[in-house]
Amino acid sequence: MRWSMVIDLDKCVGCQGCSIACRFENNTPAVKPSEALKGRAVRWNDVFPLPVNPTEETGDYPNVKTRYLTRPCMHCDNPPCVKVCPVQATFKNEEGLVQQNYARCIGCRFCTVACPYGVRYFNWYAPEWEGDLAGYLNPDRIEGGGVLEGPAVRPKGVVEKCTFCIHRLQKARARAQAEGRPFRADEYVPACVQTCTGKARFFGDLDDPNSTVSLLAKSPRAFRLLEEVGTHPKVIYLREG
Amino acid sequence: MLKADPRDQAKLIDPLFAAPGPRFWLAVLALLAVIGWGAFMYLRQLLLGLGETGMDRPTYWGVYMVNFIFFIGISHAGTLISAILRVTGAEWRRPITRVAEAITTFALLVGTLQIIIDMGRPDRLLFVILHGRLQSPILWDVVSVTTYLLGSLTYLYLPLIPDLAILRDNAPDAPRAPAWRRTLYAVLALGWRGNRAQWARLERAISVMAVFIIPVAVSVHTIISWILATTVQPGWHSSIFGPYFVVGAIFSGIGALFIAMTAVRKVLGLDQYIAERQYRNLGLLFIAMNAIWAYFTYAEHLSIAAGQQTEEFPVLASKLWGEFAPGFWAMLALMGVAFWVLVVPKLLPAAAGRVPVFRPRFALATAGAAAITLFVLVSPQPTPVSAALTDANSRMLAWVLLMVFLVGAGLGISPWLKARPVTASVIAAGCVVVGMWLERWNIIVPTLTHARLIPYAVYRPTLTEIALTAASLALFGLMFLIFFKLFPAVSIWEVAEGRVIEAARSKVVIPAPESTEIKRWRRWGIRK
Repeated sequence: MRWSMVIDLDKCVGCQGCSIACRFENNTPAVKPSEALKGRAVRWNDVFPLPVNPTEETGDYPNVKTRYLTRPCMHCDNPPCVKVCPVQATFKNEEGLVQQNYARCIGCRFCTVACPYGVRYFNWYAPEWEGDLAGYLNPDRIEGGGVLEGPAVRPKGVVEKCTFCIHRLQKARARAQAEGRPFRADEYVPACVQTCTGKARFFGDLDDPNSTVSLLAKSPRAFRLLEEVGTHPKVIYLREG
Repeated sequence: MLKADPRDQAKLIDPLFAAPGPRFWLAVLALLAVIGWGAFMYLRQLLLGLGETGMDRPTYWGVYMVNFIFFIGISHAGTLISAILRVTGAEWRRPITRVAEAITTFALLVGTLQIIIDMGRPDRLLFVILHGRLQSPILWDVVSVTTYLLGSLTYLYLPLIPDLAILRDNAPDAPRAPAWRRTLYAVLALGWRGNRAQWARLERAISVMAVFIIPVAVSVHTIISWILATTVQPGWHSSIFGPYFVVGAIFSGIGALFIAMTAVRKVLGLDQYIAERQYRNLGLLFIAMNAIWAYFTYAEHLSIAAGQQTEEFPVLASKLWGEFAPGFWAMLALMGVAFWVLVVPKLLPAAAGRVPVFRPRFALATAGAAAITLFVLVSPQPTPVSAALTDANSRMLAWVLLMVFLVGAGLGISPWLKARPVTASVIAAGCVVVGMWLERWNIIVPTLTHARLIPYAVYRPTLTEIALTAASLALFGLMFLIFFKLFPAVSIWEVAEGRVIEAARSKVVIPAPESTEIKRWRRWGIRK
């Protein structure tokens, strides 16, 4: 299997629901406003305006058209972050998911520098939750290679990133196994896909030529972010209009 | 029993056993205080998290990375002087090899420390060895820096062995030389007796190390540049980075060497050893490296400027006229000053001092005028000079005036500098060391703040980063201070060997060259 996500920008309403769903699904802590101003907010799934950095050519208010993009990890087929990690704390598994091993990461931040999409986040401080929130963390504890991954609370000083909700995949697999039947690709979607208000997100197996994502990937509207840097992302966008 | 020359005994050996004066203790205390401050700030950073620094997303690397590249760059001083000059048989290197090799070792130690300071999880440092992945440029770096550190430690130690034996045999008696120091020298000298077989072995070991360490040194700074160049980040993905970093490293290394050898010469009074010859020859190398560095800098920026790629060009623009412009132009100005200070006094005829322009007084006056012009230029609301001049024109005029004033000041100060080659070298070296730190900054930070899909960021180092930078410099200084309190600052045996060669050469009679007049006559077939 080769997991892939398609985001139809025509259907996206920019509600940031995916961002919030991701935050609660994956226990990403909300940082203080002063920290967020410094650019230290952690959003595995970010919603941001395009162009990110307006220039003279992109126009001034009100003669400007702002587009919004939602950005999970691209789970590149040729991930620059994996190439530079000195300790194999980040790696691509056999299903094309770029995983992160919190127990291995030494915090050198080479991967965060190497990623052209900016989807990797560093824990500048130990995570904190305000008030009762700390009691309502996602309790899913899954292990990959003997260490906790996915939504497990991260210590300070390590890098974290979107996992395409790998704990949901593991749970779906375990259920299929318990029921004694083969696992089907449509049994699992990440939290952002499940919650999407405009039903703009599709998820599935790119190896299956009849899956939704495979069909949509052939659309003339399909494009990928920063195709020119040669990372071959597995998140595919459908252009507006 | 090895004998020392009475000159060396008085200048190099005896001072090692003199009781350290109040100035020494004051320096040690001051350095320790700065290191203590840094240690406290690091402990704080360790307990609270790297959030105590000014780093953010996307500026994931900051001053620590700049310091790392800077210190490793400085460490190239030793390789250049001791290895390259030893291999090429440059005689004048003899009195400065020890200082150069010490810089290499200490700068490498402090540089490696920067990486540990920068890590989010320093407790997992050993993972780099346990789970190392050879595909990562960081692992290449670990391998090459470790090799270089071990190599340079060996390279510092090998030429020290005969000196340690000399110290063992010539140390004063018990009250002045405590027993532990005698034991230290005796153990470290490894039973050196100075017989023929030992000399042959040492010479062989040093020549092998000298050849071996040159490619290692080149690889070290190349690989540091590849940490940046192997990513696809705008401004870093460039093939010139390898040679550019190596040239910059040797360049800043010579700068550090100038400063260190002048300090040693001044504090220990070694004028007879580290003489003007060393300054002149090293200065020529310095000028050459400056020119190569300037050429590479131009080449690197030209390709970005001409390409005008949407991601790369904002990085260059921020350096040329954006928020990084002060640092960028300060770097270029400092390198220009370093070049001028060494080159122009050499070009000046000795009689130039008779012309009234070449006076320090004139230099002071024009420098003052330049300062006023610059102040007017950078003030946010310049008052119009005249109604006839537009704002742009008056600014242009001010820049031209500033250039004229600066050239005037440079010309005026030249005879003064010509008479003081040591001062000129130290001025140039100071400019280059600061300029090279700025160069590293100008490479690391603008690219990171101008990431592709993240809003442009601002990076301001915090007190933690400043404290740790100061502490790193203090640690570097302290290691120097203690090392040269225990070991001779000039390689005693190498200088003695140089004296023998010099004496042998002076006995050879070289026929005096014919005068030009005779040559001229001979051209016409007339013998006189």
